Amino acid sequence: MFELVVYISLVCVSISMLGLIYRVIKGPSIPDRVVALDAIGINLVAIIALISIALKTNAFLEIILLIGILAFIGTVAFAKYLEKGVIIEHERDR
Amino acid sequence: MNAIVSFVTGSFLIIGAFLSLVTAFGLLRLPDVYTRNHAASKAATLGVMSILLGTFLYFFLEEGHFNSRIILGIAFIFMTSPVAGHLISRAAYNSGIPLWEKSVQDDLKKAKEERKAEQ
Repeated sequence: MFELVVYISLVCVSISMLGLIYRVIKGPSIPDRVVALDAIGINLVAIIALISIALKTNAFLEIILLIGILAFIGTVAFAKYLEKGVIIEHERDR
Repeated sequence: MNAIVSFVTGSFLIIGAFLSLVTAFGLLRLPDVYTRNHAASKAATLGVMSILLGTFLYFFLEEGHFNSRIILGIAFIFMTSPVAGHLISRAAYNSGIPLWEKSVQDDLKKAKEERKAEQ
């Protein structure tokens, strides 16, 4: 029964990722795509947690934290690029 | 497996999966960037936190393995996901993405025009 619940959750998260990928491809503006990519990263965390339950192993649990950090850094870099045109500013450019 | 543990863990997982489906439908059906960002940054955060809580409870109660990385992951996602949503929404507004044509109020418009007039 519990296995079935885990697999149903995996299917739901996968369907949700398909919808997000549709938004990444079609999204009319660039911030749309960045929002969808951020949500994809968050969903990937959920998929890894569910798969590590399904495989009954705790070897993948470090990856959860790693993907969370990487998704945040990527989104912040993209937001700064969209707003200012550069990601890392030089002091002398001001 | 203990039936109560199974029920509690499974209900956390199901709630999280449902919230992540809600995120996808919000991103597909809402009209502009800001409303989509609203859906993505709230529902996805709560859904993933719920799934991670279910995972933590599963490993703790079933295998006796206290995994502190999942708790760190929950805390990190809870702190950073709304911040990322705010940053990308602000970048969208400042780069001139229009609001939905039926939205009635734009409080930031005046401040933006004043800033443009100063420069």
